[in-house]
Amino acid sequence: MKQFSQLIKTLDGTNKTNVKVAALANYFASATDQDKVWTIAILSHRRPPRPVNTTLLREWASELANIPLWLFEESYHIVGDLAETIALVVPQDETATDKSLTQFLQEMIWLKKQEDADKKVYLFANWKQLDYYGRFVFTKLITGGFRIGVSQKLMTRALAKATGIDEDILAYKLMGNWDPNTISFQDLVLEEKASDFLSKPYPFYLAYALEDEPKDLGDVTQWSFEHKWDGIRAQVILRNNELFVWSRGEELVTDKYPEFEAFVGAIPNGTVLDGEILPYPNGEIGTFNDLQTRIGRKTVSKALLKKTPVVLKAYDLLEWEGKDCRELPYLERRKLLEQLHSQVTSAKGAPLLLSQKMAFNSWEEVAAERETSREKRSEGLMLKKNASPYLVGRKKGDWWKWKVDPLSIDAVLTYAMRGHGRRSNLFTDYTFALWDENEDGEKELVTFAKAYSGLTDAEFRKVDAWIKKNTLERFGPVRSVTPHHVFEIAFEGIALSKRHKSGVATRFPRILRWRQDKKIEEANSLEDLKALIPNGEG
Amino acid sequence: MKKTLLEFTNRGIYCHPAKVYLDPWKPVDKALITHGHADHSRWGHQQYITHNSNVPIIKHRLGDINVSGVNWGQPFTINNVKFTFYPAGHIIGSSQIKVEHKGEIWVFTGDYKLEDDGVATPYESVKCHSFITECTFGLPAFLWRPQTEVFTDINNWWAQNKANGQTSILFGYSLGKAQRLLKHLDPSIGKIYTHGAIENMTEVLRPLVDFPETELITKDTKKEAIKGNLVLAPPSAHGSTWIRKMVPFVTASASGWMAFRGARRRRAIDKGFVLSDHCDWPSLLKAIKDTGAEKVICTHGYTDIFSKYLRDLGYDARTEATQFEGENAEVNAEPETQESA
Repeated sequence: MKQFSQLIKTLDGTNKTNVKVAALANYFASATDQDKVWTIAILSHRRPPRPVNTTLLREWASELANIPLWLFEESYHIVGDLAETIALVVPQDETATDKSLTQFLQEMIWLKKQEDADKKVYLFANWKQLDYYGRFVFTKLITGGFRIGVSQKLMTRALAKATGIDEDILAYKLMGNWDPNTISFQDLVLEEKASDFLSKPYPFYLAYALEDEPKDLGDVTQWSFEHKWDGIRAQVILRNNELFVWSRGEELVTDKYPEFEAFVGAIPNGTVLDGEILPYPNGEIGTFNDLQTRIGRKTVSKALLKKTPVVLKAYDLLEWEGKDCRELPYLERRKLLEQLHSQVTSAKGAPLLLSQKMAFNSWEEVAAERETSREKRSEGLMLKKNASPYLVGRKKGDWWKWKVDPLSIDAVLTYAMRGHGRRSNLFTDYTFALWDENEDGEKELVTFAKAYSGLTDAEFRKVDAWIKKNTLERFGPVRSVTPHHVFEIAFEGIALSKRHKSGVATRFPRILRWRQDKKIEEANSLEDLKALIPNGEG
Repeated sequence: MKKTLLEFTNRGIYCHPAKVYLDPWKPVDKALITHGHADHSRWGHQQYITHNSNVPIIKHRLGDINVSGVNWGQPFTINNVKFTFYPAGHIIGSSQIKVEHKGEIWVFTGDYKLEDDGVATPYESVKCHSFITECTFGLPAFLWRPQTEVFTDINNWWAQNKANGQTSILFGYSLGKAQRLLKHLDPSIGKIYTHGAIENMTEVLRPLVDFPETELITKDTKKEAIKGNLVLAPPSAHGSTWIRKMVPFVTASASGWMAFRGARRRRAIDKGFVLSDHCDWPSLLKAIKDTGAEKVICTHGYTDIFSKYLRDLGYDARTEATQFEGENAEVNAEPETQESA
């Protein structure tokens, strides 16, 4: 565990990518095989299920630290990280432990099945034995999510460096459904076996946002265009009469979308599709809000299936007739995909749509098509080079996304909450309101969105200092502030919503700029916001 | 309503019977000053009274002012109110001020810490009825290690950087923290260079304390000469063009805030040493207990949380708003920096 703690400390203590890769490579070259497997699992979000809930963790930590629970909670709001708070307040005793990372994780699997009283004994013993950093890492393993700026890509790069195996091949090997408790390092990383490949998806190819003028991309006829749909990016795999659906977060989500069972038998074995899962109520593409009702549900009721069915809008083919076809040029993959689509739609009820491929004669025509995005409920256009292979990860050059400019509105800051991670102890999570008229005809501010990104660190510090001096009321971690500052809030989409107090839901709201030139009276109204809803919905 | 011996006004903490202010933040006739940090010794008062060691500091910072120095433990009287300065252990020349009138005793701490840092005269506990305390780090999450351990880490860090062919840049506030660091750096590892703000302040203090040699970085300083050595700089130098001369370098900050991972990460520094000139949680509780005070007034820091906890413990504790900033002044002095991926 010491070695793993030291690794996390080094990763957490630097913002230099090459230092991180070197520390990881070093670790992979020297740790035990089983610890390596667990480290890969942890850094790719495959930790065992949480053995103790956070309510109990908080109660027990405050008890061991001999402070009242309210004081622990206040400290947690300020520190901004539960494991860190526990590591800071709990005292260490004289004993020490030299258990391995693997041992700790196996204990956590065991711990989940124990009675609360036994869990408490286990936690007390381990919290006291570990030093400050060990305690932090140990508690993080329970609560989940190391935010230490190590992406799976970075970890894969380090593993490639330590093992000499090609980075792309490793990325492929580490995907999918493997259990760190049973797999060996040999099995997972060093050895290649056919049976492992049944559920394995390919790494997604991700596009960068277009930065320059589209005409800089050259001859428009060398490119294909599609609308960019706002759903869940997914890979649908059919092998050996089995269906696997993977989301972009490399999560296996097959069970959440029972509609796709219809692909078994309709789509030939040895096929992998890349596409977007989209809500399809009443036979047309819905809003992301519709899809929200499906995300996060493990079991889907019949009523919901009927109300908000989903479809796969396919746009690429990665495996065909059991062969990896990612090296084929985009146009050839596309032809195969079209052929498959016509086969499948002749079969009954398989929810497969084909993303419409467009070609244009000038970049002006492309720009005009992009302007129609919002009414088509797309986020903008995808630009794909006709000759491009399907690459791994986020790469520049062959694919670009050219989104529509966001909508924006001027709103008033009304509530603030402290952030997490590198923003702990700073008020960086804001709630914004717009003007509305109440029943008595008086103007009042109505909450419409929360946003916590878009300002520079220096601006966040300024707003933070202002909030601390202009707090009206405190509700736990939340503070209401004097309405005084106006911010321009950008968002990608907008729809009516019954779940929101304002009656409107915005998609991905964030701060565009701080309008220090505006008084709160000049902020927009809820009516202004509703006017932005596309026709037919408002 | 009967006026208390010390009251909180919009100019500062005021002693009505003596007609003097303690660390006022707006210009007044007569000001008793605890220490030289800018949020406690402000510009524009007619008369300053402070500890002898603080006299050269505030003269350096505020220029030509009317200031008289006093000794610790030697009472003096203003309008029948007795005042005594006691060491606060925060920085060189920092004091607590004891105020006595008609049998009632108040103590105002300014900023303080209990650990002897080897530079400032150590804190002395003073019995009182009412204790006005800072609580910059008034949360159970703050627990300092003994400074000898921290300085071992700092010197090891420097030696390691030197072995790697890198220059060590150590950030600390130019008055107080910088001299405390300087005092405990190991000059056998290499040379200690300084930024102008730190060099000037240290010069002022050299007659009072024995410090290792330093060399000011000027435009004539050769880049090759600095390599592998240590540079002491104020936090505001981080991200400035000034530090380009030190490439290749690694950075570290020494502050109580470094106890939080987030605070360190958003400053994009390579290393954080937890080292503060303020009390940690157990020190605050011990200091308050040792005064025997029943009334406690919290002036700056996590005041609401800390005073609530003191009330849980049975103290008559409350919060008063002041314009003191504690170690925040140091934190906010840091410019925006870019965090790489």
